[in-house]
Parts: sequence; C-alpha cells; structure tokens
Amino acid sequence: MSAAFVTFDDVSLAYDASGNAIEDINLSIHEGEFVAFVGPSGCGKSTFMKLCTGLHAPTTGAVRVDGEPVTGPLKISGMAFQNANLLPWRTTLDNVLLPLEIVKPYRHQFRKRREEFVGWARKLLKTVGLEGYEEQYPWQLSGGMQQRASICRALIHQPRLLMLDEPFGALDAFTREELWCVLRDLWEAQRFTVVLVTHDLREAAFLADTVYIMSRRPGRVIERRQIELPRPRALETTYQKPFIDLVQELRAQIGEVRSN
Amino acid sequence: MTKNNQLIERLAPWIAVVALVIIWEVTVRVFDVPSFIFPSALETAQALVTYSGPIAMHSWQTFWTTLIGFGLGVAVGLVLGFIIGSSRFLYNACYPLLVGFNAIPKVAFVPILVVWFGIGSVPAILTAFLICFFPIVVNVATGLATLEPEMEDVLRVLGARRMDVLLKVGLPRSLPYFFASLKVAITLAFVGTVVSETVASNQGIGYLMMSAGSQMRMGLVFAGLLVISAMAMVMYELFAQLEKRMTGWAHRGQNR
Repeated sequence: MSAAFVTFDDVSLAYDASGNAIEDINLSIHEGEFVAFVGPSGCGKSTFMKLCTGLHAPTTGAVRVDGEPVTGPLKISGMAFQNANLLPWRTTLDNVLLPLEIVKPYRHQFRKRREEFVGWARKLLKTVGLEGYEEQYPWQLSGGMQQRASICRALIHQPRLLMLDEPFGALDAFTREELWCVLRDLWEAQRFTVVLVTHDLREAAFLADTVYIMSRRPGRVIERRQIELPRPRALETTYQKPFIDLVQELRAQIGEVRSN
Repeated sequence: MTKNNQLIERLAPWIAVVALVIIWEVTVRVFDVPSFIFPSALETAQALVTYSGPIAMHSWQTFWTTLIGFGLGVAVGLVLGFIIGSSRFLYNACYPLLVGFNAIPKVAFVPILVVWFGIGSVPAILTAFLICFFPIVVNVATGLATLEPEMEDVLRVLGARRMDVLLKVGLPRSLPYFFASLKVAITLAFVGTVVSETVASNQGIGYLMMSAGSQMRMGLVFAGLLVISAMAMVMYELFAQLEKRMTGWAHRGQNR
C-alpha cells in the first residue's frame, strides 16, 4: 500500500456557534484509493468534501494532502455534484474545456494548445459514451448525459483527486448503474483518488475500496469498512449473495445510527 | 401548427392595429367628438402628412437625444450592475438606495437639470439616462448575485479567482437579464426624453406636442404621440431581436 495521500488529524469544523458540523475525523486515504462516505442526511458529508478540497479550513485539527497542509483550494482536484451544473451557453465540448481555462498551468497555454486540449476533451467524452454530442448544448442532452459531461469536466485537467458529491443521486436506476460502470472504467484506467459521497449503499459497495459510515450531526466516522470484492467488478456482482449480504450489513449499521 | 395558423399568428399584431384604428375612427364619428378635443384617425393621419417636415425634424431630435441617454444608461447600468452584483456587501448596501432613487418621479429632476444645464438637449438626454439605467443595474446585478454556489465551488477548487468566476460564469449568465432589461430601458428612455422636452426644450416631439396643444391643433398632438410610440416599438423590436440572437440558449423553449 502506498503512503497516505489525504490525512485528517482530529479534524472538526463548526460553521457557526450552533455546534460542529463534523467532529474528530481521523482517517487517511492513499493515492489511487476509491473511498465512499455514506450516512444519514445532514451528517456533514458535503462538509467533508469542502475540507478535503480546501474550500473550507477546519476549526480544529489538520488536513494534509500529499504531505502538505491544506491552506486554500487544491488545484489538483476536480469536482462533480448532484446537479450537472453545465453552463447552458457553452457546448458540451466547451463545458468540458472550462477547467483548462482556469487551472494553472493550462490557463496560460489555453490559446496556444487549444487543439491539443480539444483532443483530450474529445477522447474523454468518447470514453464516457458522448461521442457525437460535443457540439450539442447541455439542454439538448438527457440528465444522464449531462452528468457524464459533468464528470468529464471534473477529470479534464487530470486531477489526482476526484470529489463526487452524490453525482448520480438525481438519475433513474438504470442510468445510475450505467454511470457506475462508466466511473469504474475511468477509475480502472487512470487510478486517480476518488472521494464519493452518496446515500446509496449499493453504489458505495460496488465502486469503493473503503466505505466510511458517518453518524448524525455532528458527523463522526463510526465505521470503516474495507470492501474486499475482487476487481474489476461486474455489475452482475451486485445481484449476487456476497454483495447483497455486504449491503445488508452496511444497511443495518446505518439503521443503528438513525435510530440513536 | 399549420401554415395558415402561422400566418394568422404573424398578422395578429397588424390586425389589432387596424381594429384599433377602426374603433377610434368610428367612435369619434358616431359620438361626433369635436376635433379640438379628440381628433379622428383620419385627421391625425392628415396632420401627419401635412406637417411631415417639422415632425421628421423634431422626431430626429427626440430620437438621437433618447439614444444618447440610453447609451449612457447602458454603460452606467452595466458597470454599476457589475460592481454591485459582484459583492454581497455592496449589493446589500446599495440596493435600498437605488430603489429609493428609482421611486423619485424623474420629471421632478427636470427643473434641476434646467438650472444646471439650461434649456435644450442636455436635460432631455439626462432625463432619459436617469429613467433608464435603473432596470439595467438591477437586472445585471441580480444575474450576477444569483450564481449557484456549486458552480462557484467547481471553479474555486480549480483555483479560480473571483474575477474568473464573474467573467466565465457570472457575466454570461446575466446576459439574458441584461438584454431583457434593454427592451424595458429603451422605452423608458423615450418617456424620459419626451417628458423633459415638454417642459424644458424648444425642439423634439415633446416640445412639438406642447406647442401644438396650446394652439388647439390636436391632430398634430396625436400625430406626435403616434410617432413616439412607433419609434419606441421599432427600437423595442430591435432589442428583442438582438436578445434572441445573443441569448438564444435562454429562450430555447419558445422556438422549438
């Protein structure tokens, strides 16, 4: 196992006087690991993402990424949310290119290397099955296609850390499973580090190496669960007994959290 | 939709105009209204033809003063809207002031402007400006201030500066609001110019109507009204077309 990439030491964060949003988080994520955070609503999963990417500083404790303390937004990460948040005046291709116009060092090379960047974007869009839709506007795409484009946008600048905040939450069950496989394949090919926040236990168990279960507010990590299912995992796995048993165990733990 | 329906839909505004003119003409004739009170459509048309020279001259005066005032309004409105919309603090600080300013009837400014600049084009330009910059400020500021926080996070995590977020997302996003406000602003600008001309000018449609009214030449007064509304409609349509071209992405529901 490689050295820790993201570490949290006794991290707590309070937005205001009403108490901690998350509390006493201690964990480490190694490079290339796929971790998932599950927990009841309002358990601070999104707060965790903000800490991880440096959008928020912890009230106490320290967050380190790649050995360095996090002091501001990390430029090595990409993000995608439940809403695809594509810009409606840009084509799919231009939406995917957006991070390259902003993140260093690409922003200064954007004009000169535009051709090359367009090539990256097309290739990425092709891998998620959006070939032929490059010049379409977001509102011409279905919800699932928009979400694919959103994931491409999060990956275009080759981030080492991908943060996903319930990215498949608003999709129908079939599209969701399709996108699990898209994400699985992207990850198998590039092995970036992924932090996935989700409500869906099957999603967490299918995709992640490690699942963290969080308590109700103030959010604490109450369980760390290694998922030992062999990779690459086929979607059929999720309908087989070992997987179902696993999800049921996780479900029981969440149930305990909720009833307390 | 069938071709026939489409044609009728296109002609509908013209049909309404013709109907209005007919109702006007018939009403005036049936009730035998004297022409110095309410001229008929025909008399108004006659005045329009007879005085076409002076009308054209005064319309041109009104037209260019309005456009200059409107241009100023757009420039100031954009800059002010951008500044106010880009900071929550400034937004909260300035908004009540703007609302208060907007509530003042602009005609109340005209005497002040006359004291400062004398009678003529300047008060007309400034009144047009004062009346039309407000909707532009509000729309641009609102467009910028209502940015989705997730979108901001997506960019901030890439190391985007505030200015990046505003230019890449905020400004394009507020364009539909901006263009919508232009349509409102141009018609308001005509109101401002004409109001100022009626009290503080010896040129322009407002002045023409005032002096024709004092001589009981109501046909000419009504001709003036028609010319103003025609100019305003043409400009409105121009900006409506511009809006459609520039921000088609925001109006997709209407034409597909």
